[in-house]
Amino acid sequence: MDAIRRVLSVIVLNEDGVLSRISGLFAGRGYNIDSLTVAPIPKTNLSRLTIVTSGSTAVLEQIVKQLHKLIPTYKVIESGEFVEKELALVKIPLSEDFNGLDAMLKAYNGTIASSSEESIVLMVADDYNRIDSFLKAVKKYNPTDIVRSGSVAMDL
Amino acid sequence: MELSGSQMVIEALRKENVSVVFGYPGGAIMNVYDEVYKQNHFKHILTRHEQAAIHAADGYARATGEVGVAFVTSGPGFTNAVTGLATAYMDSIPLVVISGQVPISMIGTDAFQEIDAVGISRPCVKHNYLVKDAKDLSRILKEAFYIARSGRPGPVHVDIPKDVTAQIAHFSYPSEIKMQTYKPTYKGNPRQIKKAIEAIAAAKRPVLYIGGGAINSNAANEVREFAQICGIPAVETLMARGVMGDENPLLLGMLGMHGCYCANMAMSEADLMIAFGPRFDDRVTGKLSEFAKHAKIIHVDIDPSSIGKIVPIDYPIVGDLKNVVEAMIPLAKEQIQADKYKPWRELLKRYNEIHPLRYEDSNDVIKPQWAIERVGELLGDKAVICTDVGQHQMWAAQFYPFSYPRQWLSSGGLGTMGYGLPAAMGAKVALPNKTVINFTGDGSILMNIQELMTAVENKIAVINIILNNQFLGMVRQWQTFFYNKRYSSTDLSVQPDFVKLVESFGGRGFRVKTKAEFDQALSDAMQSGCVCMIDVQVDRFENVLPMVPAGGTLYNMMLEYKE
Repeated sequence: MDAIRRVLSVIVLNEDGVLSRISGLFAGRGYNIDSLTVAPIPKTNLSRLTIVTSGSTAVLEQIVKQLHKLIPTYKVIESGEFVEKELALVKIPLSEDFNGLDAMLKAYNGTIASSSEESIVLMVADDYNRIDSFLKAVKKYNPTDIVRSGSVAMDL
Repeated sequence: MELSGSQMVIEALRKENVSVVFGYPGGAIMNVYDEVYKQNHFKHILTRHEQAAIHAADGYARATGEVGVAFVTSGPGFTNAVTGLATAYMDSIPLVVISGQVPISMIGTDAFQEIDAVGISRPCVKHNYLVKDAKDLSRILKEAFYIARSGRPGPVHVDIPKDVTAQIAHFSYPSEIKMQTYKPTYKGNPRQIKKAIEAIAAAKRPVLYIGGGAINSNAANEVREFAQICGIPAVETLMARGVMGDENPLLLGMLGMHGCYCANMAMSEADLMIAFGPRFDDRVTGKLSEFAKHAKIIHVDIDPSSIGKIVPIDYPIVGDLKNVVEAMIPLAKEQIQADKYKPWRELLKRYNEIHPLRYEDSNDVIKPQWAIERVGELLGDKAVICTDVGQHQMWAAQFYPFSYPRQWLSSGGLGTMGYGLPAAMGAKVALPNKTVINFTGDGSILMNIQELMTAVENKIAVINIILNNQFLGMVRQWQTFFYNKRYSSTDLSVQPDFVKLVESFGGRGFRVKTKAEFDQALSDAMQSGCVCMIDVQVDRFENVLPMVPAGGTLYNMMLEYKE
C-alpha cells in the first residue's frame, strides 16, 4: 500500500513528558514522523503539536486512535482543510554570483533575514511543496547550510 | 489538612479502601514505609522480589476486579517491577504502583539508585506520573486510581522523589474527578447496536468470540444471557476462560493456536463474528488473510484503538461490554430466533465429535493433562486457578473445567514465566476461603521461587502443582516440531529437589509419580494450611495439541504429531 502523507494537529495538556509520550508512541509502534513542531497555546494549559506523518490508511487510522488514547491528549485534528506553512533558512556565501536571486526571492515571497561578512541568510515561509521547489532552485547558489522548521498547521 | 507526602500516600490508599499492599522497601521510599509502619488501615505484604510484588497485586486485581497496589523503591527496585507492569498492561489489569525516586535536586545526576523510571515505564503502563510537588499528590493519586480502573483498565505508575515524600503540603482528597482530556466511552452508540442486531438476525452461521474484556467489564452474566437468547455458539480466548462456564452447551471451547478444533472451525466457517472484548491477538488469529474470511465482524470494545487495529471491522461499537450487551439483549429478544441457527450448532457439535480435545492417557506415567483434569474433578469450582507460562498453561486452559469469571488467572499477552506463584499469593490474600492452585512448570517456578518465603511468612496457603517434564516444555515442543529435535538449551533435567526446596522455606513438598500418589498429595496439601509444592513427574515428551503453527491457518490445525 502506498504511504499517504498526513498532517495532524494534536492538542495536548502542556505538562512534563508529554512530548516524549508522543514521540515514544511513534517510535514504539514503528510510525513515521516526517516533522514535528510543538509550542504552547497562549493563555491555556495546552500545547499544539503539528505532526507530519505518512502511512497506509489503516496505519494513519491507528495513529490517530493511539494519539487519542494517551491520557494528556485533548484533541486530534486530522481531517478538513489546513493552512500549512513551513519556514526554511538558507545560508549562501557572499562569494557566490547572486544573479537572479532577487527575482527568485520575490517569486517565493522570501527575504534576506540576515547577513554577515561571509554569507547571507535567506528566509522563505510557504507550504512544504513550495519549500521543496525553492530549495531545489536555490541550489545553484551553493548554499552552505539549510534549516527547515517542519510544518505548522491551522485548521480552517 | 497538612500532611507529608508519605502521609498523603497512606491517606489516599485509605480513601480508596485499599486493604492490602505488596511491596519491597529501599532508600528512596523509606519515608513512605515509615508511615506504613505507623498505620493499620491496610496490610503490607513484603515480597522477596519487586517483580513478585507487582504480580501479587496483579493476581489480587484479577481475582477481585479491584485495583491492586504495590510499593517499590527507586533504581533496581523499579526496574525489577517493570516485567510486572508490562504483564498487567498487556492484559489490561488495574494497578497503582508507587515507586520511590531520588530527591528532585538529584534527578539527572546519575545519583545512587537513580533511573529514569517514568521514561522506562511509559510504554508499559496506561499512564504515569513523576510527582514534583506534594501539593499535587492528592490529585495525582486520585487520578491514578481512576485511570487504572476506568475505561480499558491498566497499570498506573506514580514515581515520587524522596524529598516530596517528606514535604509538608495541604491535602484534600478529591471526592469527584473531572479530567479535561480523559473521558472513556461507556455507552454504545444505539444506531450501531441496532445495525449489529440486524446483522445477527440476517446471519446463518454467527459465532460469539469472547475476549478478556468480558472479564474486565464484569459482563459474564450479560454475555451468557445474550448467547442463550440468540442460541449462538461461543468461543473464548485464553483471557476469557470462565466467562461462559464450561458446562454451557453453547461454549465450543478455547480458540487459537492451542484452541479446540470445533472452536477454530467455527471461526473459519462463520458468516458473522460477534467479538465481545477480544483484541485479535496473533495467537488467536493465525494467518490474518485466512482468519474468519467469510465473516462480517461486529466488534465491541471500550478501547477505540483496539477496533480495526488488526482486522477491518464491519460493525464497530465503542463502549463498555456490559453496558452494550445489556442494550443488545432486549433487541435480540425481539428480532432473533434461536432456532434459526440450529443446523449451524449441530454442524459444530459434529466437528467436536470428530476431533474432540483429547490426549492419550497412560498407566505407566502421569500425563500432564490428566493431572489438570483430576484437579478439575476433585476441586472444580472450589479452586481459583493460576498458571505460569508454557505447556502447563495451555493444558490448564484446555482441560480445567472453568465455571465462572475470575476463576482463571494467567499471563496471556506478555506470557510472563514467574507470574504464577506471586499471582496465586495475591489471589489467595484476596480470597482466603478459596483453594488457590498454581499450575506451573519446572522452568517457570524457578523464576520467582523466592516467593515461597513470602507465602510461608504470611501463611498464604497456595498449592503449586509442578507438571515436571524436566524440559522447558513449550520451547522443546517447537524444537521437536520445527527444529529437527535440536534441543538447544531446553533440557532442565539438572534441577533442584523441589520437595527439599519448599521444605527449606518452611512449606510442604510432595513428590508424585503415580495417580494414587497425586490424589493423596493434593488431599494432604489441602489439609496442610501452608504453601505446598507438588512435584508431579509427568511424561517428558507430551505435546500440546491440537496446534496451529505460528502463521498457520485456524482451519488447518495439526491434530496429532507423528514422528
